[in-house]
Amino acid sequence: MRFIFKTHYAQDIRLARHGGHVFWYGLLCAFLAIAPWALPEYWLAQLTFVLIYGIAGLGLMLLSGFTGQFSLGHAAFLGVGAYTQALLTAAGWPFFLALACAALLSAAAGIVVGLPALRVKGIYLAIATLAFGFIVEEVFARWTSVTGGNKGMFLQAPEIAGFAFDSSPSFYFLCLVIAAACTLAILNLLRSPTGRAFVAIRDSEISAQSMGVHLAYYKTLSFALSAALAGIAGALYGHKLQFITPEQFNIVQSIDLLLMIVIGGLGSVHGAFLGASFLIFMPQLIGLAKDYLPDSIGQSPGLQTFVYGAVLIAFVMFEPLGIYGRWLKVRAWLQLFPFYRAGMFRRQKSFQKSERLR
Amino acid sequence: MQFIQLLISGVAQGCIYGLIALGFVLIYKATEIVSFAQGELMMVGAFIGVAVMAYLGFPFWLAVIASMAAMALLGLLLERLVIRPVLGQPAFSIVMLTIGIGYLLRGLVTMIPGIGTETRTLDVPYKDATFHWGGLIVGAEQLVVIVATMLLCALLFTMFRYTRLGVAMQAASQNQLAAYYMGIPVQRINGMVWALAGMVAAIAGLLLAPITFVYANMGFIGLKAFPAAVVGGFGSLPGAIVGGLVIGVIESLSGFYLPEGFKDVAAYIVVLIMLMVRPNGLFGERLVKKV
Amino acid sequence: MSGALLSARNLSVRFGGLLAVNDVSFEVAQGEVFTLIGPNGAGKTTVFNLISRIYQPTSGSITYAGPRGEVTLTGQPAHTVAQLGIARTFQNIELFEHASVLANLLIGRHTRRETGLWRDLLFTPRTRAAELKAREKVEEVIDFLDLQHYRDTLVGGLPYGVRKVVELGRALCAEPRLLLLDEPSSGLNVEETDDMAFWIQDIAGDLGITVLMVEHDMSLVSRVSDRVLAMNQGEVLALGTPAEVQADPGVAEAYLGTIDDVSSLRRPPGHKVRGRA
Repeated sequence: MRFIFKTHYAQDIRLARHGGHVFWYGLLCAFLAIAPWALPEYWLAQLTFVLIYGIAGLGLMLLSGFTGQFSLGHAAFLGVGAYTQALLTAAGWPFFLALACAALLSAAAGIVVGLPALRVKGIYLAIATLAFGFIVEEVFARWTSVTGGNKGMFLQAPEIAGFAFDSSPSFYFLCLVIAAACTLAILNLLRSPTGRAFVAIRDSEISAQSMGVHLAYYKTLSFALSAALAGIAGALYGHKLQFITPEQFNIVQSIDLLLMIVIGGLGSVHGAFLGASFLIFMPQLIGLAKDYLPDSIGQSPGLQTFVYGAVLIAFVMFEPLGIYGRWLKVRAWLQLFPFYRAGMFRRQKSFQKSERLR
Repeated sequence: MQFIQLLISGVAQGCIYGLIALGFVLIYKATEIVSFAQGELMMVGAFIGVAVMAYLGFPFWLAVIASMAAMALLGLLLERLVIRPVLGQPAFSIVMLTIGIGYLLRGLVTMIPGIGTETRTLDVPYKDATFHWGGLIVGAEQLVVIVATMLLCALLFTMFRYTRLGVAMQAASQNQLAAYYMGIPVQRINGMVWALAGMVAAIAGLLLAPITFVYANMGFIGLKAFPAAVVGGFGSLPGAIVGGLVIGVIESLSGFYLPEGFKDVAAYIVVLIMLMVRPNGLFGERLVKKV
Repeated sequence: MSGALLSARNLSVRFGGLLAVNDVSFEVAQGEVFTLIGPNGAGKTTVFNLISRIYQPTSGSITYAGPRGEVTLTGQPAHTVAQLGIARTFQNIELFEHASVLANLLIGRHTRRETGLWRDLLFTPRTRAAELKAREKVEEVIDFLDLQHYRDTLVGGLPYGVRKVVELGRALCAEPRLLLLDEPSSGLNVEETDDMAFWIQDIAGDLGITVLMVEHDMSLVSRVSDRVLAMNQGEVLALGTPAEVQADPGVAEAYLGTIDDVSSLRRPPGHKVRGRA
């Protein structure tokens, strides 16, 4: 296990804790930078989707993973961002201004959902977000004058200062820059008082309050930020597909987002992107496996649903810390070899009824 | 007249929501787990009913019993194999697990060749019967739903109040540790609660089958049962039924009196209003951590 | 009234049919160590919860001499209590289980943060400077409580005794003027209780923080307290110095045992009383 000998407070605050971090993340950045030339077009498009879903996942991770507020209707914020972007860019607004408005409008929607969160807790909040998601989806479908209803809306490729990002590599770089900025913002947040307040709310609301954390403000803030990120992701999603319909922002999409952060690893920034990778590449894997399965199974529309369900159950049962958690264990095993002990990452379980109430 | 017609169909639909909500409120009361798999359990129950009638030639009453027994077994197995190992994990993870169970069941049923992708009908003996009262035309299936739900509620009430098992279930749901000390086999009781929830889901599925027919995505109706449980107050069994009735009736009325589209979201608007007015539902209790 | 830091007057709180606190009045002077004793269910923690605004009293009021003048606590929202300089620990330890000890202590400094959302998102030099300053302050508390060994350990894995100390540390990081300690020595062995006694004396003596605590360990109470309030079934039984309260027949009957047993609990001679004469 690498032991970091700290001599300055700054070492605790830095994003890259030691040389190894710098090396490996540098390598990742280098790979991401050369991806358009290293990957065939199809895989580059999938990587772009990973970035887009990663941004949405960051938002949901902030809300559910770090602040502990359950959100079953997050696709609604995705949709608000997508439709806002579609409307504004169609009206001729510059890309970044439209994106900012999409983020702001989604944040406003997040505040609308978040305000009741103060009085409403746990499962009640989850059902409230579920209800919100359904209502927003219906609004998208019915408000035909604005959203075009079920016929959908078209988007053009983003244009900044006359340069159109209509080629695969250019759009990929745009998404990469935005994803990097969002990730950096969230990482900054987590190493600052605001981020600590979020984590405090997740772990013990009452003592957070007695330490001076204004629950109403921070919960609403968490909803707003997470919705804003989902809005940005939604806007990029719209530009990528160039066609959006209300159906794309339904309960299935919301559950996909949740699936993503649970499988990726709840409570970690890595988890958002690992989960997004899983979400995008799992259908590919199923597609590859289809050739080896008998026709009745392989060609069935239920196969993907079945695999998703099975993987979700498997992860919660055997790897509750998600892909990132499994990676941490593998890394510890490699570093400590042969001294790795099986119970190293065992988390505290809470059984008694009173402990489940926050 | 139209109004009463709508009321009756709303009550019938509401009973279905109430039954599904009853299933997961039972599980919630016993184990503090919210199970999002009830809708899919209902769907599986309905398919089992269809399958044993179509392929094994069972008469209707035997199909009902078979479906209930099978679903009770499924509930028991789920609790034993999937839920028990994950107890103690944060509530969020367990909810995702139950969502996964729902996906798994739905995918599995869809993959069954021949049955999965089609819409089937359940051959109930009262299929074509209708009742006429004054100007009212009421389909028998709706009446059967209402009567069956009332019977089931009465049965459950007597079970909880007067049988040892029911009292043990109540004890286990209030304080597991104390129940253990009193000699109540809490884990076995939890298994029985899941079995009971499975049976209730099967009944809901068989009752719903004549109304909406049986298809793989039937479980999504179960999502509306959540607003029902919340309106009634999560953790209250009568609340689940009452909530279901409220949602069912409002949905039915808004389908007729309000513009198009409101019927689909009526349930969700109601739950949001309820949460604003009474954050813990009609019969729910305010749970505050004691520090 | 003018010298009192905290003043509770005719406090009552009713939960359904139960009158948990019934007409309780007391004053805590600046710089003293004031202890609430009494059997379980007497309402001591309830009084704490009234002061930290987790509960709302059904009648009565609490006034507090805040940094900017006198404040009526009973009208304040719960999260403002820390801002006024009141910090507390909890009977059943309410730490943040999935965070390290350092992170827990840093949250204690929440009321002293200097940056808001936007500066934090961009991690401006001002946020960085504030972070470094926060860590310096937290290190002082870590030094005071000898928690260096546990600085980066996740709280979930710590033994009970250490968790109690971390909870104390978190309250101290808020640099409070009034510290509410709910049963600081419960669950601690003799050595840990000794340490706790020293710390409470240092907190009151060296750091000048007023301490209001609930305690069951009578030797600890005698050792550190300036004044004691005995409660039973929500009502005040006796108020005075430790010796006076322990000699009170009502207190002996309700809580301590017969009056003859109290002799071993008297404060050793020559013990200096801090703050007030």
